[in-house]
Amino acid sequence: MLEVRELNSQYGGAKILHGVTMTLGANEVVALLGRNGAGKSTTMKSIMGMVRQKSGSVLYEGAEMLGRPSHVICRAGVGYVPEERRIFKELTVEENLSVGKREKRADAPEWTLDHLYTLFPNLKERRRNLGKHLSGGEQQMLTIARTLMGNPKVVLLDEPSEGIAPVIVEQMAHVIAELKREGLSVLISEQNLHFARLVSDRAYIIEKGQMRYEGTFAELDAQPEVSAKYLAV
Amino acid sequence: MGFYLAQLLTGLANASSLFLIACGLSIIFGVTRIVNFAHGSFYMLGAYLSYTLVTHLSALGALGFWGGVLVSALLVGVIGLLVEVLILRRIYRAPELFQLVATFGILLIIEDAALAIWGAQDLLGPRAPGLSKAVRILGEPIPQYDLALIVIGPVVLGLIWLIFHRTRWGVLVRAATQDREMVGALGVNQALLFSSAFFLGSVMAGLGGALQIPREAVNLNMDLSVIGDAFVVVVIGGMGSVTGAFIAAVLISVLNAFAVLVFPQISLVLPFIVMALVLVVRPYGLLGKPGSEKGAPADPEAPLRPLNPAGRLAMGAVVVILALVPLVSADFTMILLVDVLIAVLFAASLHFIMGTGGMISFGHAAYFGVGAYAAALVVKWLGLSMVPAMIVAPVASGLAALVFGWFCVRLSGVYLGMLTLAAAQIVWGVTFQWQDVTGGDDGIIGVWPAKWASSETAYFYLALVLCAGGVWLLRRAAHAPFGYMLRGIRDSEIRAEAIGVDTRFHQWMAFTFAGTLAGLAGVVSAFAKGSVFPDVLNISSSIDALIMVLLGGIHTLLGPLLGASVFVLIESWVTRLEYWRFIFGLIILGVVLIAPDGLAGALSRLLAFLKARIRPGTDTKKEALHGQRS
Ligand SMILES: Nc1ncnc2c1ncn2[C@@H]1O[C@H](COP(=O)(O)OP(=O)(O)OP(=O)(O)O)[C@@H](O)[C@H]1O
Ligand SMILES: [Mg+2]
Repeated sequence: MLEVRELNSQYGGAKILHGVTMTLGANEVVALLGRNGAGKSTTMKSIMGMVRQKSGSVLYEGAEMLGRPSHVICRAGVGYVPEERRIFKELTVEENLSVGKREKRADAPEWTLDHLYTLFPNLKERRRNLGKHLSGGEQQMLTIARTLMGNPKVVLLDEPSEGIAPVIVEQMAHVIAELKREGLSVLISEQNLHFARLVSDRAYIIEKGQMRYEGTFAELDAQPEVSAKYLAV
Repeated sequence: MGFYLAQLLTGLANASSLFLIACGLSIIFGVTRIVNFAHGSFYMLGAYLSYTLVTHLSALGALGFWGGVLVSALLVGVIGLLVEVLILRRIYRAPELFQLVATFGILLIIEDAALAIWGAQDLLGPRAPGLSKAVRILGEPIPQYDLALIVIGPVVLGLIWLIFHRTRWGVLVRAATQDREMVGALGVNQALLFSSAFFLGSVMAGLGGALQIPREAVNLNMDLSVIGDAFVVVVIGGMGSVTGAFIAAVLISVLNAFAVLVFPQISLVLPFIVMALVLVVRPYGLLGKPGSEKGAPADPEAPLRPLNPAGRLAMGAVVVILALVPLVSADFTMILLVDVLIAVLFAASLHFIMGTGGMISFGHAAYFGVGAYAAALVVKWLGLSMVPAMIVAPVASGLAALVFGWFCVRLSGVYLGMLTLAAAQIVWGVTFQWQDVTGGDDGIIGVWPAKWASSETAYFYLALVLCAGGVWLLRRAAHAPFGYMLRGIRDSEIRAEAIGVDTRFHQWMAFTFAGTLAGLAGVVSAFAKGSVFPDVLNISSSIDALIMVLLGGIHTLLGPLLGASVFVLIESWVTRLEYWRFIFGLIILGVVLIAPDGLAGALSRLLAFLKARIRPGTDTKKEALHGQRS
């Protein structure tokens, strides 16, 4: 589905990613774990065409995506949910969703407003409110819903559990399960090992821009020194 | 009573004109983050085109007039679209403000094109059929056309509001004004969005100009004279906010209509005073949002390195070679070289604010001009001689920078730049109007050097010592702990604040220091020319400095030296030609398109490339290619 090979990225003179390689299979949920500043967001942004200086290869369904503009990658079927809730604060909830709206795709489920409102009931109540008036959790839900409006096949979710209340984290886990049930592939970046274990099939660990580990959670649990070394626990 | 109402209505009519041009500028800035100086040219083109069209269609009556106005607006939109697609689109990824230089090149080209097509004389356009008379309101005659304009402004505001809130395109534009990158990641083709926003913005500028023909003569100064006010309105309203632009246009125009009754000279500076006041209270304008001041996201810069011994040797060699020039060359070469030296110091001082300090200045000419005028004034009124005048002048400009800088460093990004522009315009306005002291438009003449420095050779050496010394001081400051602190603040203000650095104080001092040295350049220039005129303070000379810094390359200290030298040499050659603005504009565009990292960047790429060819196997070539930023 999505295959990243030997990806190197840099901002200005600072090299951030060093030969990152990973894959995401069809209908799979994979966690990308790592500490603050490890390069999780940079990996996602590079896949999405949002980092200018990069080399290597990003194959989506066999087609090279590296070097293409983000809107092309999005239209090909890759949805991106940024960290820090980059919603459009001066737009209403419904307008935010309409920005994300794209044509229906034959090979991916279609998300209608009604479907999204059942998944995110809060958003329905607040659909005429401005983005900036939503709570943190609601904003997080809105970023996800906005991306789903594009009917993606693959979703890149950057730190969905960051800075939100435990109840909402639970709801988030439910949403990710729902995405998998609908047949999507999901890559989530996480610092929270427990949350990642709850929702994903397997994990990668990145540190200082290099892949340090790849495997299932059962295998990871068998090697406690790995998580002690590369993750904040 | 009737008189005041008439004044109010005139103000409102002016507000509509101003709003039309400002809203286009605001839309363009909001979406593309381009500070578009060519917007004034689009306004001027709208006026010229509608002059031609309306005159030819006059047989059709009202239909001819309004049809002509609309068609001209659309034509200007098409021209704007071409500019965006052919030029600006290629440089969106160049350093911030590079686009500004490109738009200034376009402004020059359009000005000469208009000169070639319509000639230099003022053109009086026809009146609008059916609206050519005045109606009496409370006994005062009010032009019908003014009343029409008063209606047109709010109607256009309403239409734009509808487009922005009721169409998908409008929602996308508003979204892009807040976060362009995210809009792209959601599948929206940014290039299309930018082009269409640029089209709409240009149509509005064209419409503003086209509607102006019954009110004022069409002339070649319309572009620069309107752009200052348009920026003021955009900034007061909040960059990217169309409603804000409307409120600001009304505020400025109505205030102006009444202020001129009390103090007729104030019109030139009033908008800028209002802008300065508003920005001090509301740093993002009336309806602007935090973040609206930022340009395109930039990659962080490679750290600045002090010159290596070879570089230092090369710099020393340049100074020595310059010092030997008088032995072999004629007087006019030395005059030209003095101009180069002055420009180098002026540009280097601006670079200190922009490159090292990370602050934008659109009004650096203020400090150059204050230096020049301070010297001229003490010579003229106090009878001081050259040496004391050369001491007084930098102190005066340093004080000016101290005062204006205090306000400016409270802002950031483009708002900061606009406040520096306001400061410069205020100084210019005062100088221009205060005839008794400054001589107004006639300037001050008879500012001659002391006897010992009066030969071309002696003055050349004096200029060399002062300018090279000034540049050396600037370099020292950039590499002193003060300079490192400034770059730290530039790269991460939050981090610098977190470790307890008083960021504003450092920026304020940097501003003052740079202003002082600009003043030094100013005084050297005043004595070189023997005179000063208000031109040294106007927008064009601030922009010249900006072009020198940006064309040279903002990322290296060598940039301004290179940029200023090349600029002065090209300018002195090209201004002798007919249609020099056109040629100069083309040269600017050429450099911008070929070397988006500036001349210094292009040079270092070339050197690295050559090195790699001479010594294959090293990876300098790869680095050189990397420098281009894919
Ligand atoms: N726009 C940028 N410019 C320069 N450096 C950046 C930029 N974005 C990220 N970095 C740097 O790249 C490194 C990796 O950052 P990244 O955001 O990918 O980490 P992360 O794993 O997502 O961390 P977090 O958990 O904090 O989100 C960090 O050292 C960061 O400082
Ligand atoms: Mg991150």
